Amino acid sequence: MGMTHIVDRRLNGKNKSAVNRERFLRRYRHHIKKAVSDAVHRRSITDIERGESISIPSRDIDEPVFHHGQGGHREMVHPGNQEFVTGDRLPKPEGGEGQGQGQGQASPDGEGMDEFAFQITQEEFLNFLFDDLELPNLVRKKLKDTEAFNYVRSGFSTQGVPAKLDVVRSLRGAHARRLGLGGARKKKIRELEAQLAELKSATADLDAAFSHEDQVKALEDEIARLKANVKRIPFIDEIDLRYRQHLKQPKPATSAVMFCLMDVSGSMTQMHKDTAKRFFILLYLFLKKNYKKIDVVFIRHHTSAKEVDEEEFFYSRETGGTIVSSALKLMHKIIESRYSPAEWNIYAAQASDGDNWNDDSPVCGKLLTDSILPLVQYYAYVEITPQDHQMLWYEYERVQEQFPGSFAQQQIAEPSEIYPVFRRLFERKAA
Amino acid sequence: MSDAIDRPNAPGSDSPATRKPVSTGSEWTFELIRQYDEEIAKCAAEFGLDTYPNQVEVISAEQMMDAYSSVGMPVGYNHWSFGKQFLSTSKGYQRGQMGLAYEIVINSNPCIAYLMEENTLPMQALVIAHACYGHNSFFKGNYLFRTWTDASAIIDYLVFARHYVSECEERHGVDAVEQILDSCHALMNHGVDRYKRPAPISAAKEVLRQAEREEYLQRRVNDLWRTIPKMDEDEDPITRKKRYPEEPQENLLYFIEKNAPLLETWQREIIRIVRKLAQYFYPQRQTQVMNEGWATFWHYTLLNRMYEKGLVTDGFMLEFLQSHTAVVYQPPFNSPWYSGINPYTLGFSIFTDLRRICEAPTDEDREWFPDIAGTDWVKTLHFAMANFKDESFIQQFLSPKVMRDLKLFAVEDDDQEDSYKVTAIHDEPGYRELREKLARQYNLSHREPNIQVWNVDVRGDRSLMLRHVPVNRVPLGKDTEEVLRHAHRLWGFDVHLESVDEGTVVDEYHCPHPPPLTS
Repeated sequence: MGMTHIVDRRLNGKNKSAVNRERFLRRYRHHIKKAVSDAVHRRSITDIERGESISIPSRDIDEPVFHHGQGGHREMVHPGNQEFVTGDRLPKPEGGEGQGQGQGQASPDGEGMDEFAFQITQEEFLNFLFDDLELPNLVRKKLKDTEAFNYVRSGFSTQGVPAKLDVVRSLRGAHARRLGLGGARKKKIRELEAQLAELKSATADLDAAFSHEDQVKALEDEIARLKANVKRIPFIDEIDLRYRQHLKQPKPATSAVMFCLMDVSGSMTQMHKDTAKRFFILLYLFLKKNYKKIDVVFIRHHTSAKEVDEEEFFYSRETGGTIVSSALKLMHKIIESRYSPAEWNIYAAQASDGDNWNDDSPVCGKLLTDSILPLVQYYAYVEITPQDHQMLWYEYERVQEQFPGSFAQQQIAEPSEIYPVFRRLFERKAA
Repeated sequence: MSDAIDRPNAPGSDSPATRKPVSTGSEWTFELIRQYDEEIAKCAAEFGLDTYPNQVEVISAEQMMDAYSSVGMPVGYNHWSFGKQFLSTSKGYQRGQMGLAYEIVINSNPCIAYLMEENTLPMQALVIAHACYGHNSFFKGNYLFRTWTDASAIIDYLVFARHYVSECEERHGVDAVEQILDSCHALMNHGVDRYKRPAPISAAKEVLRQAEREEYLQRRVNDLWRTIPKMDEDEDPITRKKRYPEEPQENLLYFIEKNAPLLETWQREIIRIVRKLAQYFYPQRQTQVMNEGWATFWHYTLLNRMYEKGLVTDGFMLEFLQSHTAVVYQPPFNSPWYSGINPYTLGFSIFTDLRRICEAPTDEDREWFPDIAGTDWVKTLHFAMANFKDESFIQQFLSPKVMRDLKLFAVEDDDQEDSYKVTAIHDEPGYRELREKLARQYNLSHREPNIQVWNVDVRGDRSLMLRHVPVNRVPLGKDTEEVLRHAHRLWGFDVHLESVDEGTVVDEYHCPHPPPLTS
């Protein structure tokens, strides 16, 4: 009988299975992706941001082994006999799935064994949801095409404009220069003055043959000359001046802004609005997940457009006619005032049922081609309608011909198409 | 479980006047665990249980799930199948379906047993009695474990395997390693020597030898495939009588490791690792009823002994008995919870009855067990534990009383008949037949299809021929094609499988191509 060791292992790592779990998810990523995309269709707007229960057909993840199949002759012993006696015959159930299997999971039609279900976390859910998607044309603005600069201080220079004169620095330099140039002479002056005072006080004792007057005169002249010299040293000289130096540093511009434009006019039914919102929620989650620093601007419009916050954008209602160009104009205004294209990657997504005041559609086309598209990286338009397209769509088709790389439009006829359309719009393009 | 409750040393039968329980609360501390272990060890010594030293590890529920998912190996190589296991375990646990966590005990020296921190003190005591003294003494005493596994080396070997596999992943990529492991796992059950004793595992030697092996292995493989024509009477592939291997080989993984022409050395090494692990687990698969029965019998007996000595309270016993009863519950065949015979129930019932036969034999017992009835029960139980595996244990010790208590009956299912037939029940004419049938059910080679390496077309297309010998016309299951694909991946050339029943081929499988037609 040996000794017993009692060990506390609770502080050792848990998650020993994390790698194996990750291997499993990796192996079945195609199944999981499909389950995730199905889940997106099922879920309501508000609860997209949670984990998901994934089911995979068991037969796909079975680890096959050699085992006995159905058929042949076999005998099994069971417990709990109640009324059977030797020789009794019992009818076989339909399908021939027997009590008499050797072992292993040989049940071909056993219920509840068809699906292997497990949970993935919200993080994993979003990873699978947005796998392989990206914002198109995202540019890390390079030095050469950078137009935004930061000025950073980088020491002092002797040249510059008066506005950048650094007074303290300049005066300190002047003071040093004055000390440097005048010091030796001032010392000399002090010595000569001392001699002069000595001569003057010793006048009586001195031999008349040697008149002191000459010497005094000579000393006084010398002192006066030196003093004049010192006096000629300028208080401040041009070489003392110091200017603050600034260096123009290029600003890396990976910051991005997403404009979300949604039509909330009366022609948009609740179904349309729900679909639009779900599209934008997908977009919003995608942006939040993948881009640490990204601004989102929400613009909703009917006949006039308004910038709103997230809450209002998704949850409040409006009615009225439709003038799409109002939203485009507002967007352009916001870009000009807040999001210089030199600093920002600009994206826009617009959702509408395609209904627009007819005279307005050409205006929209013109606004896009002339003012907006030259500024933005990518503009996606989704039309939520099961019906035929109207003016706006055809107008936008012309826009697309002109800007094939940065403009795309798709139609969503029913909610189940949201995710596929979303993927199509933001699919990672082969480089 | 009335037969369990009215045992002579059951609680309440002789409540001692002076009770000095080790503890009264249900919260555990390390000190209390140590004290309980000491007392249980004293009780175990009274009954002569011989064990490896114990290492009790207290772990959290999450760690327990980790341990569950790596089939009880404390260290294992990484593979998605363990991740799958983990996912289903954690789901079961979250839903409260997971059973008692005293299953995990590792056949190693020292014997490692896990205690879950969430458990109450009576549960911890139960686990200690069950795992540290029950399973542990079984590992040390049973002949299969003594012969086939080396408790002192397994942990080191597992560490070696883990490192080796992850090194391979670095060198050859996760996918390449995963493929080989998948294929090995598919053949794992057919990767054991059933009769021949394998060399004991030693991690140190394993590392030393591995380099040598790499060098020589390839050469040996090439020997088999050397292309120098050797004309002899065997040359004609049709009339040739001599096969390679000359005798059918039961260990498919071993044969592939040694003979597959195209494998790289690291691939052979991985096959070797999987097959060593299969071999390590082989005794456990053959002794489930005995092992669990033995451990359950001893936790029951040891804790009751504690109660007799006044070391535990009535409340302790109530909680313990509740768990114990749940563990040995056997749902009847027509219950929705029925999923075959509960090995805990069967094993516990046989061992318990064996003790009764020794201590209070009836006329029936004297007739059925003349050598055992009335003997020293401790010796008899130890003999039964040490020298049998499930099949022979049941054949030898299943008593008519246990068959009656469990109300066992045998049903015949013949695909040529329209109905099932009850062939034997728990009555006088049925006992022997019933016992034989139940014993056969636990014969591993009866539970798994008998498939062996039959021939390799050494001079031809290098195809590998496996042969399945059906028992009672039972065919191979639906996975067969899939497993064959894995065999083909390892072998590298065509693989064929024939079911040969009494000399006639009743079924055949091929991967990827059927063999060329020969007359």
